[in-house]
Amino acid sequence: MLQRLPKQVDNSLPSLNLAAKYKLTDSGYAIVFLGPTLMLLVAFVFYPMLKTLYMSFFLTNDFGKTTAFVGLSNYVSLITSSSYLSSLGATLVFVLAVSILTVVLGVALAVTANQELKGIRLFRTLFSATMGVSVSVAAIFWLFAFNPSVGVFAQLSQALHLPVVNWLTDPKSAMVAIIISTVWMNLGFTFLIIFGALQSVPKSLYEAADIVGISKLTQLFKVTIPMISGTLFFVMIVTLIEAFKSFGLIDMMTEGGPDNATNLLVYRIYQDAFINGNFAQGSTESILLTIIIAIFTLIQFKFLGKRVHY
Amino acid sequence: MAIELHDVTKTYADSDYPVLSDINMTVNDGEFFVIVGPSGCGKSTLLRMIAGLISISSGKLIINDQLANEMPPKDRKLSMVFQSYALYPFMSVFENVAFGLKSRKIDKQEINNRVKEALSLVDLQTLADRKPRSLSGGQRQRVALARAIASDASFCLMDEPLSNLDAQLRAKMRMELKVLQRKLGLTVIYVTHDQVEAMTMADCVLVLQNHKVQQLDTPLNIYQHPKNEFVASFFGTPQINLLGADYGHHELVVNGSFRVPIAYPLKSGQYTIGIRPNEVEVTVNDRNANARVTEVSYLGNETVILADLLESADELRLVLRNQIDVKNADFINVKTVNQFFVFDQNGGLITTAGAKEEVTADAATIA
Amino acid sequence: MQLVTNDHVSKPSSARRLKKIGQYAFLIVLMLIVVSPFLLGFWTSFLPTSQISKGALWGKLSLANYWAAFTTTPILRYLFNSIVIASLTTVAQVVFCSMSAYAFVFLKFKGRKFLFYAFLATMMLPFEAEVIPNFMTVKSMGLLNHFAVMVVPFMATAFGTFMLRQSFLQIPKELKEAADIEGLNHWQFYYRITLPYSRISIVTLAAYSFLTSWNQYLWPMLTTFSDNFRPVQDGLRQLQSSETFNNWGMIQASACIVVIPTLIVLFIGQHYFKAGLNEGSVK
Repeated sequence: MLQRLPKQVDNSLPSLNLAAKYKLTDSGYAIVFLGPTLMLLVAFVFYPMLKTLYMSFFLTNDFGKTTAFVGLSNYVSLITSSSYLSSLGATLVFVLAVSILTVVLGVALAVTANQELKGIRLFRTLFSATMGVSVSVAAIFWLFAFNPSVGVFAQLSQALHLPVVNWLTDPKSAMVAIIISTVWMNLGFTFLIIFGALQSVPKSLYEAADIVGISKLTQLFKVTIPMISGTLFFVMIVTLIEAFKSFGLIDMMTEGGPDNATNLLVYRIYQDAFINGNFAQGSTESILLTIIIAIFTLIQFKFLGKRVHY
Repeated sequence: MAIELHDVTKTYADSDYPVLSDINMTVNDGEFFVIVGPSGCGKSTLLRMIAGLISISSGKLIINDQLANEMPPKDRKLSMVFQSYALYPFMSVFENVAFGLKSRKIDKQEINNRVKEALSLVDLQTLADRKPRSLSGGQRQRVALARAIASDASFCLMDEPLSNLDAQLRAKMRMELKVLQRKLGLTVIYVTHDQVEAMTMADCVLVLQNHKVQQLDTPLNIYQHPKNEFVASFFGTPQINLLGADYGHHELVVNGSFRVPIAYPLKSGQYTIGIRPNEVEVTVNDRNANARVTEVSYLGNETVILADLLESADELRLVLRNQIDVKNADFINVKTVNQFFVFDQNGGLITTAGAKEEVTADAATIA
Repeated sequence: MQLVTNDHVSKPSSARRLKKIGQYAFLIVLMLIVVSPFLLGFWTSFLPTSQISKGALWGKLSLANYWAAFTTTPILRYLFNSIVIASLTTVAQVVFCSMSAYAFVFLKFKGRKFLFYAFLATMMLPFEAEVIPNFMTVKSMGLLNHFAVMVVPFMATAFGTFMLRQSFLQIPKELKEAADIEGLNHWQFYYRITLPYSRISIVTLAAYSFLTSWNQYLWPMLTTFSDNFRPVQDGLRQLQSSETFNNWGMIQASACIVVIPTLIVLFIGQHYFKAGLNEGSVK
């Protein structure tokens, strides 16, 4: 178009023909762009889910081969087994405690970090640090803290002349220990999300509250929490789902014990299938776990659907 | 270097009604061609069909004597300036301008020269290394323009390129754009909803409304000989006065308020008369007043008046050239109508008349 | 109470100072709760195990535990394994997820809607509930005890696709139109416009998939049996449960060695995240 510039000699023509020769339609592109992901999801998500469902209707041998069709009897025996029901109960206690504590502490951290103070950035960074602590590291830190002979909790009890609790060998306190460790691991992520939501609350809302003399504490419950309630709900569900899948901390700290007190659903699947070799029962438990998690994920989608366009 | 559209129609797959029907137009080399119309009239769709971004349902698009209906956009040798500018935020100004050239595998030195020249044409050579986000709206607009200039396209499509600028900048860019287009001899197809842009920049204007072409002409002709009521009312500020009128005895009786003589032989009956606000002469506080002032704005060299006709309460917009002494609630008398249009019941133009004679008395005395 | 005037006018400065001290005190208490397990681990990693076993938190500080960890355990090998696994997984996930997200946003093809809902549905299925058939699959493929077994199943995720799709949807459609006029095909628009335009989301996904892969615990525990392929999570488990069980100083040192790479990734990720917030978009 710029006419004073030398015109482009038709060097675009050959490449044009080339493009036409190898021209792909949108559907052609779709196969190339979507193919790899689709194959992976089919192989490692869709197929195993159907296979798990299939296996849950059979008996299996030690190698995981199906032997006899038994219909729903795996399910019946599972939901009538007191051991499984106690696992389910323990899991529910664990999941609820973890998600509530995580959100409450996350709010406390985020609100505290949302003040304008000198050096506040350092605190913000430290508050989010547990996000970078992986599960085995967290397990080691907490194993040390709960250790009955060298741990800080034991030493504190000693110093205060209280009876020393062997945290990880008592069924009740073992559960508490697992909950504390899990909440701690979750804190960094939760803090970041809630803090982000806090930062997006318009400052003018607080200024308006200040002008009419509403106390900071009232502002927290009447302004802040309602404004970020959507985010809190989201974080709650995500934490809940993740808590259902807990495995690493349990494996390293209690191995499902003592007395099955911390034998949560995923740990049970692992034990039944891979330790006891009962793959059918493991599959049945997997399907039940999937149903539970799917319900919570659907709730989460419903929430997301309000803010996300599909 | 011409673009022709023959009976071009667009119907979307999920709809029974065409968004555009039977569009015929020709854009000649070096022409500044403006497509104007209210929002939703299909003007952006038309532009995107010319660009090849949207398919054509029926009719023919001919670019340089070649049928181009199925031609992919890049083969049409065109550039486009978008309303949102469509700048790549992660590229510098220079890279943005050079981007299209690079994908056409043009020699590096050549790209350099072209980009520099294009940037200097829009006065941006000093900002070449900046990212779009650090530029003002006007500067971003210029980058988009430079990108179009630098390309080797034979014509440029512009989709409301000035609508994101503030009023002052818009007026300035209007001038600059026109000067640049003349200087470079660009062929431009320009879409806008702003009649001022159409009037001030176009060599040729296509007025679109209701999915159809209303008129295709030069700005002057469109203003002076609007084909129908819509075109008459779309161009000109303040808007033209469209009033009901009865014909009889070589006169049009306007809403029972005043009469305008007309030589053109009309059948007796109902018509609509269109009077530009500046084609009227009035006297103030006349004994034979036929309207009452409701609002007065002094703009310095002219005075804009809103008045209600006494008989029909229709509003009348008037622009009086000289400073006249008139206040709210004053009575005025519409004395002379210098030029007017007569439209039939369907809104089509019948004739343009220039009655230099004085308006005879007020209608009430005749009735 | 009537109107409240500005703090610094109405309150004496000593009260303000007190308030500030209170704010900091609260911050520090919370900070200690959050970082104390970490601090404790870090501190004891410098103490001799003999002191720790006595329950003492004091003693001669040294790097001996780190030296012992490096020389007597395969901790470096575990780290290397994890870096290889997490890096490969991250690259694969970014490539495959961005490609499939591109398809959902910019390509029109039959069954797009159905496929997208199928993708969404997989997000409801926990991997933990699918380990049994997946274990059998990789076993039959002969992938057990190899890097591939920890990379291949995680090379693409519905979550990553969904996240990048959300990001790609933010790309103004004028950019695609401008690219069509320039004559870019889908490949070119994908890697020259889409990827750089969404690089904040890409980096976020990369950080996320790196950390997720790094934190894998159950799967590598089932599928790797030798130190040559064992990633850090299961490596640490191995150390903690084996003969070194009571060598607390060395175990703490190993934990600290393992936590450093993830902390670095986290802080880099945060930096990008903040940059992304400041970036804004060009209208």
